[in-house]
Amino acid sequence: MSNPEYARIVRDGLWDNNVAMGQMLGLCPLLAVTTSATNGLGMGLASLAVLLLTNTLVSVIRGIVTPQVRIPVTIVLIASAVTLVDMAINAWLHPLYKVLGLFIALIVTNCAIFGRAESFASKNAVLPSIVDALAMGIGFTWVLVAVGAMREILGSGTLFAHASLLLGQGFAWMEVTLIPDFSGILLSILPPGAFMALGFLIAIKRLIDRAIQARQTRLNGGLMPLENS
Amino acid sequence: MATILNPSYRSRLSYQAALLGGMCYLMSMLLIGGNQTTSDLIDQHLLNDKLALLDQVMPPSRYDNDPVAAAQWVSAGQWSQQAVEIMPATRGGVLTGAALQMTVPGWGGPINFIMAVDQTGEILGVRVISHKETPGLADKIEIDKDHWITGFEGHSLANTPRVQWAVKKDNGDFDQFTGATITPRAMVNGVYAGLQVYQTWRQQHTATAAAQEARHE
Repeated sequence: MSNPEYARIVRDGLWDNNVAMGQMLGLCPLLAVTTSATNGLGMGLASLAVLLLTNTLVSVIRGIVTPQVRIPVTIVLIASAVTLVDMAINAWLHPLYKVLGLFIALIVTNCAIFGRAESFASKNAVLPSIVDALAMGIGFTWVLVAVGAMREILGSGTLFAHASLLLGQGFAWMEVTLIPDFSGILLSILPPGAFMALGFLIAIKRLIDRAIQARQTRLNGGLMPLENS
Repeated sequence: MATILNPSYRSRLSYQAALLGGMCYLMSMLLIGGNQTTSDLIDQHLLNDKLALLDQVMPPSRYDNDPVAAAQWVSAGQWSQQAVEIMPATRGGVLTGAALQMTVPGWGGPINFIMAVDQTGEILGVRVISHKETPGLADKIEIDKDHWITGFEGHSLANTPRVQWAVKKDNGDFDQFTGATITPRAMVNGVYAGLQVYQTWRQQHTATAAAQEARHE
């Protein structure tokens, strides 16, 4: 594994092949919990922790698992890991559990976790799998926060409301009321609002990608860039 | 990418069965271990949460007994399938009120809450202990997110007729949330049921106390 490959993994996770915007995975928890930026952040961090654990475990056991039983073994592993994380946070980080507890059970339904285990960790060594988990987890988190922020601003006129409950009193400065006395656009908080916010976000990503491609084409003197340049 | 060696024994059915079985066994052991390590701590946290909420709804000056130790489980009768835990508060042996812990079915799962009433059956406070309602939409029943739950304070069966025990959408006294009516409706019904259960319990309690008094004399 050389350094450019790690750079590739990070780039894939954060932008090119982002879990939510590129692979279109994990949309069930994404659409369900992103009613505010804080909720998105909470779900993103919980997913990141689980992804880190499962990617590492799957990568460690990849040598002894045969393709015939790989999928059931991975499912058992992920379900157990999520349950263990749930119990651990409840026991040792109880204040955090009161805020995140609602989300942790939802992570089992996140196919992004399984997707990374199948497509990356089961074929790669431990260190690249950890880097992949971090990149994918952070990529997923920022999209969750972005969708949550869009919906929260339109729906209730605030940003990062109740962030101090999640992160501690030191983060109370993050809570901003952008539009005072704003009754909000209800549609934005309801499930259709989540689809719309995600749709806009993906459209913006496509526009940026196209602009980058157009610029590269111009720099190459009218030639299309090579696939693996 | 490392080449994965594939010796011939790995393609045997017995290897795969043993692998899957072994993995399930290992994970079960981990889960049992995890559960045993954490369950006491989790129970302790839940008890602490409950005591903290009890302090919020029932001022400690109202009682000199240990309401949690004196708790009684009573059937909610027609109002709920779940039994209700009544924690009587007494001062100098005289009943000054009670805290009730009960569960009502919400939108996403059971809502577990604690409510305190004074001796006449007037609500001192209500707090939600745990719930599975939609985050950002119906979790305004938590005191940390909204003051909605304080709207119950001061209400009683005597000062609020049956028809007023409903959300405003149903011509009642209590606000609903934008986009979430089922959760507040469940809470209003739950609190009303709690008052009914308390009233029944108090009548029985007074009767028993009177009977005991009579026996002593």
